[in-house]
Amino acid sequence: MSPHQQQSTLAAQGPAADAIATLWWVMLGASAVILLAVIGLITFAIAAPPERRRWLASSRIVIAGGIVFPVVILSTLLSWSLWATRGLVARPSAALRIEVVGEQWWWRVTYLDDTGRPSVVTANEIHVPVGVPVTLVLTTADVIHSFWVPSLAGKLDMIPGHENRMYLRADSRGVYRGQCAEYCGGAHALMAFYVVALPPEAFEDWLTAQARPAPEPADDFLRRGRELFLSTGCGACHTVRGTAATGVIGPDLTHVGSRTSLAAGILANNQGTLAGWIAAAQHIKPGNRMPSFNVVSGEELRAIAAWLESLR
Amino acid sequence: MTSYPNPLPRPKEELAELERVWQPPSGFGIVTAVNNTYIGIYYVGTAVLFFLLAGILALLMRVQLALPENDFLAQDAYNQVFTMHGTIMMFLFAVPAVEAMAVYLLPNMQAARDLPFPRLSAYAFWAYAVGGLFFFCSLLFGVAPDGGWFMYPPLTSYQHSPGIGADFWLLGIGFIEISAIAGAIEIAVGVLRTRAPGMTLDKLPVYCWAMLIFAGMIIFGFPAVILCTALLEIERAFHWPFFIAEKGGDPLLWQHLFWFFGHPEVYIIFLPAAGFVSMIVPTMAQVPLVGYRWVVLALIATGFVAFGVWVHHMFATGIPALSLGFFSAASMAVSVPSGVQVFAWIATIAKGRLRLSVPSLFTLGFLAIFTLGGLTGVMVAIVPFDWQVHDTFFVVAHFHYVLIGGMVFPMFAAFYYWIPTASTRPLSETLGRWFFGLMFVGFNVTFFPMHIMGLLGMPRRVWTYPAEMGWGWLNLLATAGAALMTAGVLVFLADLLRNFRPFGDRNAGNVWNAGTLEWLPNGNYASRSIPSVASRDPLWDQPHLAKDVEAGRYYLPGAPTGKRETIVTSPIDAQPQYLLQMPGPSWPTVLAAWSTAVFFLMLTVKLYWLSIIPGLAAVAFVIRWLWETDPGYYHPPVDVGGGVVLPVYATGPVSHSWWAMIVLILVIGSIFACLVFAYLFLWTVSPDVWPAATGLPLPDLVWPLASAGLLGLSSVVIALGGRALARSWHWLVRGAVLVAVPLPGLALWAELLGQWRTGLRAPDSGYAAVVYMAGALQGTLVVVVAIMALYTLARSLCGLLDARRRATYDNTMLLWHYAVGQGLVGLALVHVTPRLLG
Repeated sequence: MSPHQQQSTLAAQGPAADAIATLWWVMLGASAVILLAVIGLITFAIAAPPERRRWLASSRIVIAGGIVFPVVILSTLLSWSLWATRGLVARPSAALRIEVVGEQWWWRVTYLDDTGRPSVVTANEIHVPVGVPVTLVLTTADVIHSFWVPSLAGKLDMIPGHENRMYLRADSRGVYRGQCAEYCGGAHALMAFYVVALPPEAFEDWLTAQARPAPEPADDFLRRGRELFLSTGCGACHTVRGTAATGVIGPDLTHVGSRTSLAAGILANNQGTLAGWIAAAQHIKPGNRMPSFNVVSGEELRAIAAWLESLR
Repeated sequence: MTSYPNPLPRPKEELAELERVWQPPSGFGIVTAVNNTYIGIYYVGTAVLFFLLAGILALLMRVQLALPENDFLAQDAYNQVFTMHGTIMMFLFAVPAVEAMAVYLLPNMQAARDLPFPRLSAYAFWAYAVGGLFFFCSLLFGVAPDGGWFMYPPLTSYQHSPGIGADFWLLGIGFIEISAIAGAIEIAVGVLRTRAPGMTLDKLPVYCWAMLIFAGMIIFGFPAVILCTALLEIERAFHWPFFIAEKGGDPLLWQHLFWFFGHPEVYIIFLPAAGFVSMIVPTMAQVPLVGYRWVVLALIATGFVAFGVWVHHMFATGIPALSLGFFSAASMAVSVPSGVQVFAWIATIAKGRLRLSVPSLFTLGFLAIFTLGGLTGVMVAIVPFDWQVHDTFFVVAHFHYVLIGGMVFPMFAAFYYWIPTASTRPLSETLGRWFFGLMFVGFNVTFFPMHIMGLLGMPRRVWTYPAEMGWGWLNLLATAGAALMTAGVLVFLADLLRNFRPFGDRNAGNVWNAGTLEWLPNGNYASRSIPSVASRDPLWDQPHLAKDVEAGRYYLPGAPTGKRETIVTSPIDAQPQYLLQMPGPSWPTVLAAWSTAVFFLMLTVKLYWLSIIPGLAAVAFVIRWLWETDPGYYHPPVDVGGGVVLPVYATGPVSHSWWAMIVLILVIGSIFACLVFAYLFLWTVSPDVWPAATGLPLPDLVWPLASAGLLGLSSVVIALGGRALARSWHWLVRGAVLVAVPLPGLALWAELLGQWRTGLRAPDSGYAAVVYMAGALQGTLVVVVAIMALYTLARSLCGLLDARRRATYDNTMLLWHYAVGQGLVGLALVHVTPRLLG
């Protein structure tokens, strides 16, 4: 898939987005015809010889063109749209439930097991099995956000005090970009995420891997990275399962190295961008709750970043 | 041969007297002018200034977005700029611009000498101009609001926006809404009561119809936004949790109230523009409008349906599918009346022969752009499609097609069309064509690509976007289009500079051979005499009308009472009823407006104690201004010609001031109705904070019963005072007022004390907040009626109140009874409903 189709409503990869895209193409065709007809009529009314345009100059035309025609067209459109999009909001018998919480300016993602208890906590990336309907439970931790993955479905707001549910299905394997659609202050423009659709077996493997605690560092450099992470105080905000870091203010980093992007979809994920983010988070995403750790030395920064990258 | 109301020749000194009476002030006094030809032009000019300022903000945004990952504007600056752009365009340009045009055009179109409350127009203008400039300046100090023009909480509440930016929005815009309401009262009473004799409702120019419906929509729409801005400001200042979910408030309450105003707002802006077009097209085609009745019906239908579509701004909030279906259908239905008007204009063009002047070009541009905007409007009314494009650039494209196409193009058509009535020279047809060409091409190049950006996934209100999204070339194109529009606006300004010469003794005259009365020869006093009207296009149907009016052959050819006057007519069949003496230039009015603006500015920057000074000054200036406005029956009835002898004073339901008070009561009643909605809405959302669930007792019934008793008693006393006044028992009147004044305040005290004693505190919950808010609204009204009653008392003591000169007492009594009614309904709401339904 070309990059610019990652976030396009017209590159539908699921039944919801697909139905809406069809709706769009039909409405576009009808609208183009109506627009051209109106412009044609106006031109005719101005330029045609008076005796040929006389039929246009009556109240009957006002009623036919202004009332009868729109009522017929609009009723047809309304009925057809209701028919074409029936089932978009119907609740499937989906077993998989994922809670997504919008926070200024990232997404907290929690997978629930069959009993409704959290099994996996991650951030800014939602893995789903291809062809299987998924229930997303959408809430917010602060202001109003809106959850939107154009290639899969329309958007749904995340509103304090409300719990909204979205039913989603991805029909083909791929990575689909989403972005917050309701203005949520400061870095609203920098609040993206990815939906990764995997074949069901690959998805199960991923889920199992994510449920494990963080792997032990493979060498001394990574071990030093882990020590620095803990001694710098990163654990006050972040959780890395299997370590002493249990903070819940920021994203869970247990498997941060396995994600496609950093900082809510705005940076590629590698050792360099990890170090850059730690040192200059306020520069990259002004106003977010992570301070810029620009007092850490370059070598220490590399160690922390290398360890985080190893958390796959 | 027609017989005219007044014979020729007219006495020599008559015209000189008319000119003397309507002489505008000179020198610095020019700011005290109240005449509609002056205030109208100041007002339009200021609205255009805000259009230019908000346009510059739009250019800044276009520069920032021209390239992906651009750093021309930083995040904070961009967020302030887009918030200010939307807010200024909606509140400081669009609504004031159409009100301003009405202040300028309506009296002339109805052959009235001025609107019925000239000083109210002046007050509304100055409050808006000064308040608007203060608001804009917040941007220069980097403290502008940055929550978006619809200011959704909780983002804009105290936890997430602790600075004063949001306060600038809430107090600044709240204040300007008051000015819009003042204008709407003026326009409603003006259209209904100051028309040329014989201009019955079925002969009313379509533009006047549009403005009447416009005024009605402001009267019922703006109260919602006035209430919700007040609620949010109170939440920010005193932490009353109307919108805080954890405490039983709900952010969606804001959205319902805001869009209950916000969607009608779109039609509030569009209807006057449609009115312009319905005036321009017949003139340019030189035939009467085809389907006049259908067009008027379409305007009325729009006014009603527009109040049933607000939820289409909330399709993505997760509300139930059934209500989505209803609002989807209503949103589509509202396009039907627009279709009727479009076809009426096409039919009119086909019937006549369209002269392709600059006003025609802008009208045709409007038709094309607005049709496209209407079609995308139908698309976004389809719920699932809206789920995709809501809050994307597709919607940005849609509403710019509707607003710029539907309002800005007709407004420029109107400028080119009507400027000859104001200026000694018309604007240039050559420059106008360049202006139109640049605007039309520039507009489409700017906004058409935005549809595609939205479909490709670009959300609105983003200050940056990654290069790999593929939106870059579309954005660059849009920015190039913005440059073309800028060039167009510069051409327009050059044309104004070269040719616009207002305030002269003469104007360019009826250059388009139009048929309606604003094209009569006129001076600062409007037309020399006031014609009687027998058709919709009198200048076409009575070829000598202009000459006869100018010669003084029609009604009121002079100023017989030596004051500014106009004829007040009956609302439906426009029969002359009395001669209204109107106030002239006034310093207190202007000073009252400036003081009000400073008062609100001080509240914004939290100088609460200091704000008392301009607050009291404003009240004092308003009282000083009003003191002269109830002149009484000192002048005998006047013969205005043709045997029509009109009294020079009126009270009761025939009086223009009585009508204005009724309209004001409708406004206040709508504000209160919105609060009742808020109470019931929060109850359904958060029953857990209502007394039945919390176990907190309701106040003992003795408190509300005492409160209701005091309220009822006060009404009885005021009514008895009114009877006493009819018999000129002055000391009894004064005694009644003195006895009545404290009663509503005591009633409110009893209600609040009852609540307080149960332990209920406003910051505790959404329930507590809305209960005390009912008290706060009532308290505001109690203070207002108390001031009015004491003012009436003062007039009585000065001998300015008697059995016939009693408009002051009657209007005070009217508002008093309303205040008592609102108090009783409020008591029933907070005491009876929870007992019955809890």
